[in-house]
Formats: sequence, structure tokens, C-alpha cells
Amino acid sequence: MAQLTRRTTALQKTLSAAILSTRHLSTSPITVETSVPFTAHNIDPPSRSVETTPQELLTFYRDMALMRRMEIAADSLYKSKLIRGFCHLYDGQEAVAVGMEAAITKKDCIITAYRDHCIFLGRGGTLLEAFAELMGRKDGCSKGKGGSMHFYKKEGGFYGGHGIVGAQIPLGCGLAFAQKYSKDENVTFAMYGDGAANQGQLFEALNMAALWDLPAILVCENNHYGMGTAEWRAAKSPAYYKRGDYVPGLKVDGMDAFAVKQACKFAKEHALKNGPIILEMDTYRYHGHSMSDPGSTYRTRDEISGVRQERDPIERIRKLILSHDLATEKELKDTEKEVRKEVDEAIAKAKESPLPDPSELFTNVYVKGYGVELNKSLLELDLTNLSRFSVEQSLVLFSNIKLTLLVIDCISQSFGADRKELRAVLP
Amino acid sequence: MWLCSPLIHSYSSTSLSSRHRPNRHNPPPSPPPHPLTPPPRSSFSVKVACLIDLSSNLEVHCIERKTSFFFIHCDGSLTSGLNLRNSRSARLSTNAVATKQDNVTASTASKPGVTNVDETPPSKPIGNILEALREGLEEEMERDPRVCVMGEDVGHYGGSYKVTKGLATKYGDLRVLDTPIAENSFTGMAIGAAMTGLRPIVEGMNMGFLLLAFNQISNNCGMLHYTSGGQFKIPIVIRGPGGVGRQLGAEHSQRLESYFQSIPGIQMVACSTPYNAKGLMKAAIRSDNPVILFEHVLLYNLKERIPDEEYVLNLEEAEMVRPGEHVTILTYSRMRYHVMQAAKTLVNKGYDPEVIDIRSLKPFDLYTIGNSVKKTHRVVIVEECMRTGGIGASLTASINENFHDYLDAPIVCLSSQDVPTPYAGTLEEWTVVQPAQIVAAVEQLCR
Repeated sequence: MAQLTRRTTALQKTLSAAILSTRHLSTSPITVETSVPFTAHNIDPPSRSVETTPQELLTFYRDMALMRRMEIAADSLYKSKLIRGFCHLYDGQEAVAVGMEAAITKKDCIITAYRDHCIFLGRGGTLLEAFAELMGRKDGCSKGKGGSMHFYKKEGGFYGGHGIVGAQIPLGCGLAFAQKYSKDENVTFAMYGDGAANQGQLFEALNMAALWDLPAILVCENNHYGMGTAEWRAAKSPAYYKRGDYVPGLKVDGMDAFAVKQACKFAKEHALKNGPIILEMDTYRYHGHSMSDPGSTYRTRDEISGVRQERDPIERIRKLILSHDLATEKELKDTEKEVRKEVDEAIAKAKESPLPDPSELFTNVYVKGYGVELNKSLLELDLTNLSRFSVEQSLVLFSNIKLTLLVIDCISQSFGADRKELRAVLP
Repeated sequence: MWLCSPLIHSYSSTSLSSRHRPNRHNPPPSPPPHPLTPPPRSSFSVKVACLIDLSSNLEVHCIERKTSFFFIHCDGSLTSGLNLRNSRSARLSTNAVATKQDNVTASTASKPGVTNVDETPPSKPIGNILEALREGLEEEMERDPRVCVMGEDVGHYGGSYKVTKGLATKYGDLRVLDTPIAENSFTGMAIGAAMTGLRPIVEGMNMGFLLLAFNQISNNCGMLHYTSGGQFKIPIVIRGPGGVGRQLGAEHSQRLESYFQSIPGIQMVACSTPYNAKGLMKAAIRSDNPVILFEHVLLYNLKERIPDEEYVLNLEEAEMVRPGEHVTILTYSRMRYHVMQAAKTLVNKGYDPEVIDIRSLKPFDLYTIGNSVKKTHRVVIVEECMRTGGIGASLTASINENFHDYLDAPIVCLSSQDVPTPYAGTLEEWTVVQPAQIVAAVEQLCR
């Protein structure tokens, strides 16, 4: 049951995969051209041709279909008041999440703003965790205490999920700093929107990243609207990839998963050698800014449907699959049905998940172990045994074995001022 | 007035001002040992001798105190001794304070049954808060390679207050990082780095500049552990000097503890002596929670003995500065010295104030404070925060809530005036609490 709700990385568990594997198509490479060539600033753009495999194409299709389905389901859950507060939906922008994942490993870090559901999924989050968190249940990825804007997945290298516009960019540069500090040859993708591109902290962080050659890749997901304000009304220069000035930039068609993949791969190589780079993903969101925004007061329905017809990422992959004869229409439809079923099951399971216990109100405010935790392994001694020795003897003992005597003013495992573990009680 | 410990019978003395010489005619007697209500301490608790003779206006001049005990030569000889201390073994050099050593052994008279580690040779160097912080920082950087420092001018310049002097040459530019003037982002960077497991220390050149980083400190530093359901911890230390200095102007004399105190998820501590500066710095670095360490601009040159041995203090514990019977005076940071000066006057007038340096501003050490209130039944809070919404205001509410039955009189809270700190010296003096006001308040309370 749990497996059904997991986003499968391979198609082996699905009916369509069973059919496809009989066709022995998984390994032969296919070359795909990106929709438009890359526009570059201060750098030579990568080539338009992207190598891919049928397996990858089908995976892309399934993953994007899953993400799309999840967001639509979240929409209806919000309207039935199971999801409250803010809910920012990512449908239309799935290609960015999927393409980026294909180019990197789980050791690379991604940090983004509040439109984080699909990226969470891409980083290894499960549908159950996502829906449970959206509904504020205990099984959510943040135990129901974060909400839509605070999805995190430490094992998957996903650092969230941040509500304040632009505040995640310095954090992203900090992740890159830590990667440089530990010399582990990974990169950080710090994502932000066209609205956040006007934040000062972006430029501060960019300056520092460029100064110290941090392996940071700043990804501007330009969906052309900062909430209700179109980009031409908010920014003097809407060429966000050029805003880095001395930092090279690349403009990418964000509705084309392969362009995204190519750009991210290119950017990763660049960042490891030369420091930061800006990627501007030209993308579009079908929903409004959030669920409280209809999305039609500042743009026409024609515009939305126009983009949906011409640039939809899932449609593009579908056409590619069909043109390369990798699956039939029916198979793709079956995949979609499966995905829908998966999402429905996850929602049902998430609805069954209980609300957090009232005691959870006070957990995780502080890391357990207020104050100083003794690292006993470092001391290699049990301090309680030392009471047998007088101080001089202990000094001699320690100086002999070259340990420093840790003179502690008070027992360091107190949890609260009353020396007992804080047990807060609700009235 | 001095900080007392029942273990000490000899004392060093550091006068802090040329203006107010201490009263030499009646050297106060050593205090009687007081029964400390025992919290569950490890049997290893060792108090360090730290007696400081203080007055207001904390300019430091080391003096040669002609008592029957010993000389302390400060400045030249001592600093050279301190500079030699690159490794722990070198710290045991005796050349710097040779004269002191003779006298120390002559004067040692520790209480039977308790050995005062401080009094055994080799002699302990005297350091000021700057050096204490630097020592603490260096020891922790030595101990854990994940500890790094970032801030403006911390690297090549050595720190605007020289706290990080010498560290960049020792540990390299990446570990002691000179940042551009971008508080918001470099604090954010430090928090991001902390999410992955590094233990950064962010230095605000002046605490007031950290207002620019408030968003990062509040949302990402304080709340991230909670909103991620415990997945990420932020073992960051944010430190810097704050408080009212010597005519620095309104913007550079801010007390940020009152603004930060509501942020859930952070801990705040304020250091006031070299001993607790080093201990709290180390504890803060080792803590897995975000800790904001408040230092005071005027206290950096305050000298005291720092123990040789490694020690770490408890972040949530208050310090009993002077036990007493009549009234509890709660204070922290620089106001401790004003209080101690006032306490001297009060003792001469016959009062017996109990002075507690609360040290931990968030959370309050209600255990120590509570025991004190239960004993004395009267509380005076002396703080440097503003009247409105300061630490004193929260502490008043806290004590009233928890210990109302034990109070014989309303809590008196002496805080700074609700004004921007003026430049003119006399006006500036009137914005902060002066010892005379403390004496008057205690007298009125204890009537």
C-alpha cells in the first residue's frame, strides 16, 4: 500500500512499463532539440541538442503528470476547506522541477520559495507526506507544523519551503558555502521568482557568491507575474539572467524539460569550476498566485489558454513520446489514470492521518538538550566517576592522558530553568 | 564591591576607573559562606576565584593594589604572556607574572575540603572580555572543524573590537570570513550553512546592525527547526556588542535584546565578566540551538582571571554575584557593575542586597531567581533595556506570575528611559540607570 503511494522512479511497477519493456527500448539514446536556443550572458551557451533515453522520456511524462495531478487535487482540497491558509500551486511549471532533478543528484541541494510542492516530490518526497502536510496532519513532512510553504526533506537535499520572498536566496548561498567548506563537489540550486528578483538580498548574496566562488546556481523561475503585478510593471530590466552583471547567465525555456535539464547540467559544471551562475527559466503558472487569487484579473483567459495549448510541458513530452513511437496514446492515458489513482489513494490515506497531538505544540521549538550537551565520547570518561578523585588527582590523571579537564560550572544536561525537562501544559 | 565566592580569601583587584577610587579605609570583610540551595550539580562544580573591584565608568586601569596579598602587574607583562598562549601548553608560561606566583602561594588559603583550582600554580593569566571571547572562540575552532566565523572585518582586520584577532592567519580566510556589508544576507548565509551542519558564528559589528537581519534571525533562525518538524537544526551563534557606549549616538547604542526576546526558538545570553564570557561563548557554540550572545561595548576591557582549564558554562543559568538577605537585585551585562557599586553603598548603609546576574535572557533562570525571591521577598530589576517592552518588563511579568505569593512588595524595575540615546555625555548618563538611582530604589523598597 505504501508502495502505491510512493512516486516510483522506474516504470516497472506500472502496466505500461510492463508493455514497454517488451519493446526493449530503454537504452537506445534519442537526441532531442530544445524548443528555442539558449540565450546567454557573459558565457557560451550549451548546445541545443540534448541526449536522452526513452526511459527518461517516459519517466518525465509520468513525473510531470503526477505533479500536475497533485496540484489539481490540492486545488479541490483547498476548495473543500481541507487545506487552509496559503496554497501556491505549481502547475504549468513542472518542467523546471523534473528537468532539474534529471540533471543532478540528491547530494546537490535545492532551496526554493513557497511554490514548493512539486520540487518536494522531485526530491524524493512522497504524496502522502505532501498531502498530510497540506492538511496539517501528523504524517506530513514537517509533522503538520509547517504547512504548504514549509516542505523540507533533509535526506533528499531539499531545504525548503520558505514563506518570505527572497529570504531563501542567502540561505541558498549558505548551503553553497557549506559545500565549498566541506569540499564535497556538489552544488546548490537557489530558486526564486521574478518577483523576488527585485529583492536586495539577492544581489547581496550574489555578490558574496561571486566573491568567494561559491557553487551556487541561482534559478529565477520567471512566470512573468509577481502575484498580481506583471513583470514589466515591477522591473525596469526584465532580463533577469543579465542582472548578475559579472555573473554569467542563461535564459532557458522553462516549459521544455530537456532545455531545463541541459541548462542545469551545464550550470552544475560551471558552478563547480567557476562560481555562481544565474539561470532564468521562462515559465508560466496556470493557477493564480495562490488559491485566493483567481489569476484572471491581471491576465486574460486567452493568454492562459494560449500558453496551455502551445507550451504545455506535459503536452510537449507527450508529442515527443508519440513521435518517437515509445508508447501509444492509450498507454499514456493509462499512465495518467494510474497517476490519478495514486494521488487519490494518497489523499485518502492522508485524510485518515490524525491531527498532531497537542503536546506537539511545544516540541521542536528547541533542539532537545537545551544548553550544552556533553560529548561524552570526546571525553572518554564518565564524569560521574570522577567524583571519586580529588581535583588534584584528576588533574594529574588528565594531564597524563593529555585530556583537558572539563570544568563544568553546572550540570550541563538541564533542559530548562527549573532543571527539569520542560513540560508545558495547555490550559 | 566585589563578586564573592566563599572559596576565596585572597583577591585580585582591578579598578576600572580613574574617577572613582574605591573606599580604601574600610576594606570590607570577606563574606560569610552562604548555603547555596543545591540544584542537582555535578560533584565537579568548581568555582573560580574572580573578584573584581568595580566602579562605574568602566575604563580599565590595572592597578597595583597594595594589600597584604599580592601584586598584579598588568598591561605590558600580562599581555605578552597572553600573546604567547597559542597552545595550551604555552599557557602555562610563568615568565609573565613571576612576581605574582610567589605571592599566590603565600596567600592561598582555600577552604578545607574544597580545592580552588584557580590558586594552584601555574599562575592564571588575567584577561579581559575580548581575550576571553577570543580564547573561547579559538578553543572551539580548534576542537571542531565545523566552527567558522563570519562577519564584517573579522578576518584580516582582526575584528572591529579585536575579538577575532589572529584567527584568520591561523585558520584561513574561509573559516574566518570577511563579509561585505550585507547583514541580512550574510546572516542568511550563516543560517543556510548551519542547516547543513556547519556551526557558524556571526559577528554583528554592532548589535544594532543586526536589525537588518531581523527577518533571517526571526524566521529562518528561530523557527526553522519547528517548521521543518525537527529536520533541520540551526547551531548558530550570533554575537556582537550592543548597549549604550560612550557617546556613540542613538543608532549605535541600541539594546536589541528587547526586540529579539519574543522570537521562539532562539536562546539569548548576555555576558558580563571575562569568566562568563568565555564560558558562555563556548556553551553557545556547542549548543545545537541558535544562540544570541550579547556583549557590551564598554565591558570589553574589563579584566579578570580566567581559569586555565577548559570550562563551559550552562546557558540557562543565572549567576549569584553576591548573596544577601534583604532584597534581590536582578541585573545583567553592564548594569551588573552599576549594581555592585550601588551594593557597596547599600552595605555601608546596612542593607544586605542579593545580586544575581541573570545571564540567560531567554529563557530566564526562574530556578535561581525563584529561590532568591523566596528568600528575600523583594525584587529590584536593573537593566539597560528601554522601559517599554524590555527584558525587565518580561522578567517582571514572569516573576509576578510565578512567585507572586512570595513578594512582599511590587517589583521595581529600573530601566533606561524610552528615548533615543543622545550624544551629549550628561544626557546619555541620564538615559541609563545610575548607581544612585539603584540605591534610592532599594532604600524605598526596603523601608
